[in-house]
Amino acid sequence: MAIGDILVDVQAVAKHYGDGETRVDALRQVDLQVRAGEVIALLGPSGSGKTTLLNIIGCILDPSSGRVMLDGEPVFDGKWLRSDLRRLRLDKIGFIFQAHNLLPFLTAAENVSLVLDLAGWPADKGKERARELLDYLEVGHRAGVKPALLSGGEAQRVAIARALANRPRIILADEPTAALDSKRAQLVMDLLRKLATEQEASILTVTHDEKIFDRFDRLIHLRDGRLVDE
Amino acid sequence: MNLALKDIRHGLFRFVLTCFGLGLLMTVVLAMIGIYNGLVADALAVVKAPAADVWVVEAGTKGPFAEASSIPVDTRDTVARMPGVAEAGAINYQTVEASFQDRTLRLYVIGYEPGRPGGPQTIAEGRGIGTSHFELVADRKTGLVPGDTIRLGRHRFTVAGLVDGAMNSGGDPAVYMTLADAMALQIELAPADQRVQVARGAGAVKSASVAAVIVRVMPGADVDLLTATLRQWKHLAALSQAEQENILLASVVDRARRQIGLFLGILLTVSAVVIALIIYTMTMEKLKQIATLKLIGAPDRSVVGLIVQQALILGASGWGIGLVLILLVKDVFPRRVVLEPFNVAVLAGIIFVVCIAASGLGVRAAMKVDPATALGG
Ligand SMILES: Nc1ncnc2c1ncn2[C@@H]1O[C@H](COP(=O)(O)OP(=O)(O)OP(=O)(O)O)[C@@H](O)[C@H]1O
Ligand SMILES: [Mg+2]
Repeated sequence: MAIGDILVDVQAVAKHYGDGETRVDALRQVDLQVRAGEVIALLGPSGSGKTTLLNIIGCILDPSSGRVMLDGEPVFDGKWLRSDLRRLRLDKIGFIFQAHNLLPFLTAAENVSLVLDLAGWPADKGKERARELLDYLEVGHRAGVKPALLSGGEAQRVAIARALANRPRIILADEPTAALDSKRAQLVMDLLRKLATEQEASILTVTHDEKIFDRFDRLIHLRDGRLVDE
Repeated sequence: MNLALKDIRHGLFRFVLTCFGLGLLMTVVLAMIGIYNGLVADALAVVKAPAADVWVVEAGTKGPFAEASSIPVDTRDTVARMPGVAEAGAINYQTVEASFQDRTLRLYVIGYEPGRPGGPQTIAEGRGIGTSHFELVADRKTGLVPGDTIRLGRHRFTVAGLVDGAMNSGGDPAVYMTLADAMALQIELAPADQRVQVARGAGAVKSASVAAVIVRVMPGADVDLLTATLRQWKHLAALSQAEQENILLASVVDRARRQIGLFLGILLTVSAVVIALIIYTMTMEKLKQIATLKLIGAPDRSVVGLIVQQALILGASGWGIGLVLILLVKDVFPRRVVLEPFNVAVLAGIIFVVCIAASGLGVRAAMKVDPATALGG
């Protein structure tokens, strides 16, 4: 795998919630390819299907139809083709979500190193990497603190560190910079950018933050569940 | 990284409180088991005390504990002469009330023949009864000490010594006195009309009767043959020590035993439900975190480990706390609390099974939770 290979390949994916009267078509025949090294912004009004698309790529939501390939491997074709989706997520996908969902009983550093622990890293290596990431995101001084005592922005940065810990090649972010000031938002975008190049990763970010639009390789617009050209 | 321990440490106060509550419940369960054992042990104490091999009682009765038994006092001589008999001693039992200082004591009076089987095995304090009249050896639970005097019937008795653990199946502490004194006391305390009969001389037969004759056989003697021979006398029945113990358990303590047994069953059921509820609630509160774990890619093993380990830690702590508490307070109970290591181990086994079963419920809920629920809010 190298820069330029297609890491995320979504073909004719549709998703509807409910049926009959209550049916909502969240995605209609979406095609999307993202290459290694690309940083992409997913834009669109509220309810246009951005989160739905991200969740399908992250293998936590079943598409109603279509095909999904990740890192060259077919993972969905009418049904899931792998039974261990969680291992797939652990190895290949990093999530950064609106609600940061840190585990309340672990410290910031432990929240990050847990992922590495699960992925089978030796404990000391995991701790070291967690420290590095937290330092880079300027929350190193809060490493030993539990999430309840972190500010919104600090918690968000710890969640980002957790998403990046295992060097996933596909990073999905739902408004990762919403809780950050513009300096830190830039910092996070720089980090994602660096990651995309160094680790040949694909980065897909939902954002409304116009200040950082210039940091993306491509802006993709969703409207009523369809990709539209702007 | 052990998630179960980290989570416990995070909410340590609450977890400790939960363990302590469970521990108190376990204390009650263990107390109940102990009381149950104590009841059986106490009931058997009076049968075991004389270290008999064979009990000779009135024909057609299961005396002297389950039913009244009355046999002539000279039966002892007859029995003692039988082949295979090493020693024989006549014995009788009665329950009397006496006042001592400001208290009313309920005493179980055991009359035996000094120098023959039936007396106390070991004297804990003071000395045994000499040949003299109006002395007694009392169980420590009576509150009497050597040198005390207490009025029983028409005479004052002096406490010569103390023994431990002598009581009847109702828990009344025992006092030992000579058979002669005990028989005199029996007549003194008999209802008025009987006393009149005795005064007229008709009571002579009555005064010459005892409850049972205790037999110790010679080494190697055939107990079955001896009891069979004894049963040939029309007015006598013979029971082996084992039979006597079974009769006592079956007739005298059976109802109390069933009562406590049933109560114990209910307690165990309640404990099981409480443990299950605690563990299930603990898991349900963590569903969002479990969804997060699944989202970041944790395998089922990690999730199941979190739930099951916490359940087991909870169960083990509750059991441990219960055990420590009961050992601390068991001597405060008015009746004996006897805990065998076996009972404690069985309780541990039951708690283990309940914890595993309860975590099964939690695990089911955890397995069903959708990782996407971690994303909402
Ligand atoms: N679980 C669900 N059940 C039913 N309808 C849903 C569900 N989740 C999303 N929808 C609907 O699907 C559509 C797309 O939702 P989605 O969350 O993908 O939008 P979005 O672009 O992320 O919006 P926002 O910018 O507000 O986060 C919306 O109309 C939403 O109401
Ligand atoms: Mg959304």
